[in-house]
Amino acid sequence: MNLLVETVLWLVDPIHWSGPDGIPTRLAQHVGVTLTVIAIAGVIALPIGAWMGHTRRGEATIATLVNGSRALPTLGLVTLFALWMGIGVRAPILALVILAIPSIVAGTYSGISSASRQAVEAARALGHTSWQTLTRVEAPLAMPTIGGGFQSALLQVVATATIAAYVADVGLGRYIFAGLKSRDYPEMLAGSVLTILLALLATAGAAGVGRLYRRLTTNEGNPL
Amino acid sequence: MKTSTRVLGIVAAASGVALLAGCASGDPIGSGDAAASETIVIGSQDYYSNEIIAEIYAQALEDAGYDIQRDFRIGQREAYLPEIEAGRIDLFPEYTGPLLLVWEPDATPGTAEEVYDALVAAVPDGLRVLDQSDASDQDSYVVTRDFAEQYAVTTIADLANVPVPITLGGNSEGENRPIGPAGLKATYGVDVAFTPIEDGGGPLTVKALLDNQVQLAVIYTASPSMAGDDLVALEDPDGFMLASHVVPLASDKLDDAAAALIDKVSAAMSAADLVALNTESVETEAPAATIASAWLAGHADDLQ
Repeated sequence: MNLLVETVLWLVDPIHWSGPDGIPTRLAQHVGVTLTVIAIAGVIALPIGAWMGHTRRGEATIATLVNGSRALPTLGLVTLFALWMGIGVRAPILALVILAIPSIVAGTYSGISSASRQAVEAARALGHTSWQTLTRVEAPLAMPTIGGGFQSALLQVVATATIAAYVADVGLGRYIFAGLKSRDYPEMLAGSVLTILLALLATAGAAGVGRLYRRLTTNEGNPL
Repeated sequence: MKTSTRVLGIVAAASGVALLAGCASGDPIGSGDAAASETIVIGSQDYYSNEIIAEIYAQALEDAGYDIQRDFRIGQREAYLPEIEAGRIDLFPEYTGPLLLVWEPDATPGTAEEVYDALVAAVPDGLRVLDQSDASDQDSYVVTRDFAEQYAVTTIADLANVPVPITLGGNSEGENRPIGPAGLKATYGVDVAFTPIEDGGGPLTVKALLDNQVQLAVIYTASPSMAGDDLVALEDPDGFMLASHVVPLASDKLDDAAAALIDKVSAAMSAADLVALNTESVETEAPAATIASAWLAGHADDLQ
């Protein structure tokens, strides 16, 4: 109980709300790392998932990729990459991209590949090329599932981006590592609470975007 | 909180049972003083380097004909120190500065000799510390050999004259400890930036130094990272880092001949020896007993 009170006191202490080690700075860094990772992972994973879904190939590969990635220790990857590329934010970003890719590939694949068969056949019958079928028929139908893939990647990355602080002066993980090692448990718990709140906010935000998208597309009629 | 209390209770109960069992078996016929006093109980921390030193003590005394009981990997200081103070452990490899802080929490860092003298004065009745070894296991500021030569840096104070900006790398708690940037500024007038590297002076820290991503790092003097010629530990003329030399903590039960033998072990063990022992342990993962007997075989002449 006492620890919780101390954590709350730590969180509301104005000292912790300014400067290069302040909560706003750390939050901004955390969000920055997360968005960078999602952007890079999206650029890599979207085309792979779309191609696999469109050609309906590689279902076994997807399953292996997604399941295998669950067993990857991201902190181990950070250490490995940092030994290769040095300390700083690049190694954690690479490790987090690897964490994020499977969810996005899987979401994109399952969305594209489960697009209505009749709609796809109809598009082909109307003379759509393969590319047109993908972009005008399959992709719009798949949007909610693709969004779901991004949402789960986002949640994983926000929660795991704390490990960036293992080798870089970045993110909410700084509070967790510093608090753990110096036995300043209120600081450590405060870092965890902030990360949890950010993860919840990110999930809620992603869900909000999804709802907005559905409303817009429904108002404009069938996306087909 | 409730869980941890319960766990503590279980641990306490279990150790109570263990103690009772120990008493029962150690005391089969009357007082049994003669038999008990001949067996020397040696303990060690749950830290691989400490265990190797304890094993060296054990084998050195065994070779001299003593009966040894090994009580290794007891955990951290809070767990084993009461056992030593109660007389259940007779010999334990310790470290001067951290041990002094247990009995004199307000002690200030100083040179290795000052810390040792203060420790000798602070040891409670019934216990004593033997000679301290040259081998140490303490925080040290480390730079690359290239950096040291380029800017003629041999002590921490010399860092004030280095014309390029310096970034200190180390575990994040180091940022706010007395040996962090603030203390460095206060004691030596050196300005440094800080970047966290959370591997405790391990390979990531060494790589960051060699890549010049940080110019200064906190690494333990006995760390395997210090093996080889690439890195230099800076001298600390003002006793800024708490000296932490290997020092045997002994009960009065350890007789003078045994104490003299352990003193010879401490004298024979150089700082480089301890780094080499730790490196061998990390690289070959050989058991402490193997590493200890190899070291003793190499120093047989010193222990005569």
